[in-house]
Amino acid sequence: MSVITVERKILAKNDELAEHNRNLLKQNEIFTINLVSSPGSGKTSLLEKTFETLGSKVDISVIEGDVQTSLDAERVANYNVPVVSIVTNGACHLEAKLVQDALSNLDLEKTELLFIENVGNLVCPAGFDLGENMKIVLVSTTEGDDKPLKYPKMFRNSEAMIINKTDLIPYVNCNIETLKNNALNVNPGLKIFEVSCTSGAGIKEWCNWLVENVRTKHSHEKQLMY
Amino acid sequence: MHELSIAKNIVEIIKESVEENDLRSIERVVLKVGELSGVVPDSLQFSLEAISTGTELESAKYEMKRIPFTIKCKVCGNVSDNELGIVKCPVCGSKDTEVVSGNELLISEIILKN
Ligand SMILES: [Zn+2]
Repeated sequence: MSVITVERKILAKNDELAEHNRNLLKQNEIFTINLVSSPGSGKTSLLEKTFETLGSKVDISVIEGDVQTSLDAERVANYNVPVVSIVTNGACHLEAKLVQDALSNLDLEKTELLFIENVGNLVCPAGFDLGENMKIVLVSTTEGDDKPLKYPKMFRNSEAMIINKTDLIPYVNCNIETLKNNALNVNPGLKIFEVSCTSGAGIKEWCNWLVENVRTKHSHEKQLMY
Repeated sequence: MHELSIAKNIVEIIKESVEENDLRSIERVVLKVGELSGVVPDSLQFSLEAISTGTELESAKYEMKRIPFTIKCKVCGNVSDNELGIVKCPVCGSKDTEVVSGNELLISEIILKN
């Protein structure tokens, strides 16, 4: 019997490609957000509110990951925001290679802020680095307050958490303080926003923070292991 | 089911690490799967078996070593096996801690028959 010691990261190939993407985005001074959530949390609605609020202040582009349809991409295109759609045909997450292909179809010189709307799923996208500056996790009050404890990796790897549908708090079984505490117990450094894409509450604070990040080209090194 | 794409990556690494004609002599592949890696060992096992069927790797067995989620407190130095994902030190209550293990997703060893 002979033993070959390998000790290799299984996702090393993806990480290499992600690093390529990161360098390309950095060269073009693009601030990139990998937006993750469960299905139906309101990722596309958040993007729509963000476009409305930022108007022409920031040049935004979007890479839209969908399992089957390009419906979300069509919603984005209604705002005259350049969008490249990736239909994964069943795959539950985006990988760096798919993003690399999508980037070649975007006008990088005309992009300051890039959103990658990941496939709706809190498990699978957590482990795949795409080359983004940061992951931002979106949760909605209708999902309850225990999501961070059920999906710790996603909350740990995110830089900010946006709590959506705060207008529904009176009607749902979600204690927002418990939700925040659960998230901070997994990731004490998490920046938290509370918004409602229906009433517009909190959207301004979120957008101000975005603009600040784009302006300072905030591109600190990644702190987390994948 | 991101385990399927992880399984494909594993097979690729195996093929790179072992000479072509040795693939059939692989007895066991040892993987290290951290508790916080987001990978379900049973799903990964299933995916590996599914994509190995009918290939040179058909007889290979996969062994998953589960690596616990452990944190080290930067205030009191305590190292503890924590509830999954919770970074609060159980001794002094500080959240100023670092994750020591649990994120691993590695292909560790390949064992060949003689
Ligand atoms: Zn302590």
